[in-house]
Amino acid sequence: MIRLENVSKTFHTESGAVAAVKNVTLHIHAGEIFGIIGLSGAGKSTLVRCINLLERPDSGTVTVDGRTLTALDDKALRHARTSMGMIFQQFNLMPSRTVFHNIAWPLKKQKLPAEQIAARVRELLELVDLTDKENAYPSQLSGGQKQRVAIARAIASSPKVLLCDEATSALDPATTRSILALLKKINRTLGLTIVVITHEMAVVKEICDRVAVMENGFIVEQGDVLDVFSAPQATVTKSFVDSTGNLSKLTEMVEEQSPVVALKPGEVLARLKYLGRSADQALISRVSRQFDVDCNIIFGSMEVIRDATIGNLGLIFSGEPDNVRDAVKYLSENNVQIEVIDR
Amino acid sequence: MTILSSLFPNMADKGPQFLSAILQTLSMVAVSGLVSFCIGLFVGVVLTATRRGGVMEHPKLYAVLDKCINIFRSIPFVILLTALVPLTRAVMGTAIGTRGAILPLIFGTVPFFSRQIEAALAQLDHGLVEAAQSMGDSPLEILFKVYLRESIPAIVRGTTITLISLIGLTAMAGAVGGGGLGNFAIMWGHQRQQTDCTYAAMIIILALVFSVQALGNFIIKKTTH
Repeated sequence: MIRLENVSKTFHTESGAVAAVKNVTLHIHAGEIFGIIGLSGAGKSTLVRCINLLERPDSGTVTVDGRTLTALDDKALRHARTSMGMIFQQFNLMPSRTVFHNIAWPLKKQKLPAEQIAARVRELLELVDLTDKENAYPSQLSGGQKQRVAIARAIASSPKVLLCDEATSALDPATTRSILALLKKINRTLGLTIVVITHEMAVVKEICDRVAVMENGFIVEQGDVLDVFSAPQATVTKSFVDSTGNLSKLTEMVEEQSPVVALKPGEVLARLKYLGRSADQALISRVSRQFDVDCNIIFGSMEVIRDATIGNLGLIFSGEPDNVRDAVKYLSENNVQIEVIDR
Repeated sequence: MTILSSLFPNMADKGPQFLSAILQTLSMVAVSGLVSFCIGLFVGVVLTATRRGGVMEHPKLYAVLDKCINIFRSIPFVILLTALVPLTRAVMGTAIGTRGAILPLIFGTVPFFSRQIEAALAQLDHGLVEAAQSMGDSPLEILFKVYLRESIPAIVRGTTITLISLIGLTAMAGAVGGGGLGNFAIMWGHQRQQTDCTYAAMIIILALVFSVQALGNFIIKKTTH
């Protein structure tokens, strides 16, 4: 649906040139929710603006729904933009217009009769669950409500693509979840292709099918969300994964000699990582029974990403040294990444 | 009535002249204000559109307009009045009276008002422009539907300030034969030392300024959501 080929964009500022996007190639499939995650300044906002050419790339081509946007003249580009919706971190609703007129904005361009516009606006208000706010001004709405209006406005002209630039970054966690649920619903019911820009791992885990990780203008890693986050390769990806669990704390606790990780003789401290579907094999209790070792889970996290689980555990094994060694060996042969922590 | 005539002893026989001075001031403010509003709004929008990062970026046109405005704003109005005499005579047929004052008033007001409009439009959140662009709006649509429409309170504020300064300029135009309340105050109050005439003119000017300000505030309140 969206193909970026070798897209680069450099900004020339008074303090010199800043390369925001460097040679990015990205293919986004029709109907999927694609995440682009990165720290601030990684170039992701510029990249998403290159998709609807709010920022024109210096080089490379952008193709959306079979149309090469970078080859279009201004008028054709404006027309193409009507089939791409966009929502923003700061919502960008028109403050002097009511909710109704904000949503009607793209419909008025299509020169539809007034009754048809009104019917469509009401339909959209129902979809985003704001039927009672038709005549409210944006300043009278909460952040979550504003974003719902922005979503209704962005999809009013039935676009095929919805671009979300940090759409939930200004919202609290509960509101974020409800907006993400709405995006997911739109994706499912309307078959809309959605591109989500975010710096929050939780957003990607919640709704994305595939993800690209951005750093310093480059895409350092991309693929299925489960693959990327169960086996992160790039350092920045690893730090995103760590940011959600508390496993990095294990190292800290060992260094601080916390009583939680104090070992008796014969005990072994290990960090375990379950991959994908191996989490449904009851491995811990099987190991415990089979090798006659005790497994003391000192902490852990289970993340369900789409249909699979990523588990991270900090574990203390106690038992006969041979048995413990066999248990560790058995686990590592069964798709569990296991790392014994020495001290 | 006796209080009035004791406070304004010299005004008793000037009723008709005073009234016509008020009407002259009003007509100068109305005509030059209306013309300046249209031209200034246009120039302000062109400045906003052509500036760096604007929706119709055109650095050369911007630079030329910018310089012209700075030059005209630097000329003191009394000097501008006399400097424009030949042009005024050519365009309006006369350089004196209310008719002669209108052209210099426009020249004195447009640069100031253009800057007011430019400043008002510059306050607009760029995100709104981006949102309109993402919905496929053209630069012209963005200027009308986003810049102008969303800046109405700020435009009204700038218009109020400009109108008040224009009222000041009309009084100055009176000094060089432009008629109106300024002329009235100078002719009677200053030259014949009938000070009460000056105060009478001042009271009307103050009333005018306060009503413009009040009207402006009212519209701003009504248009801010």
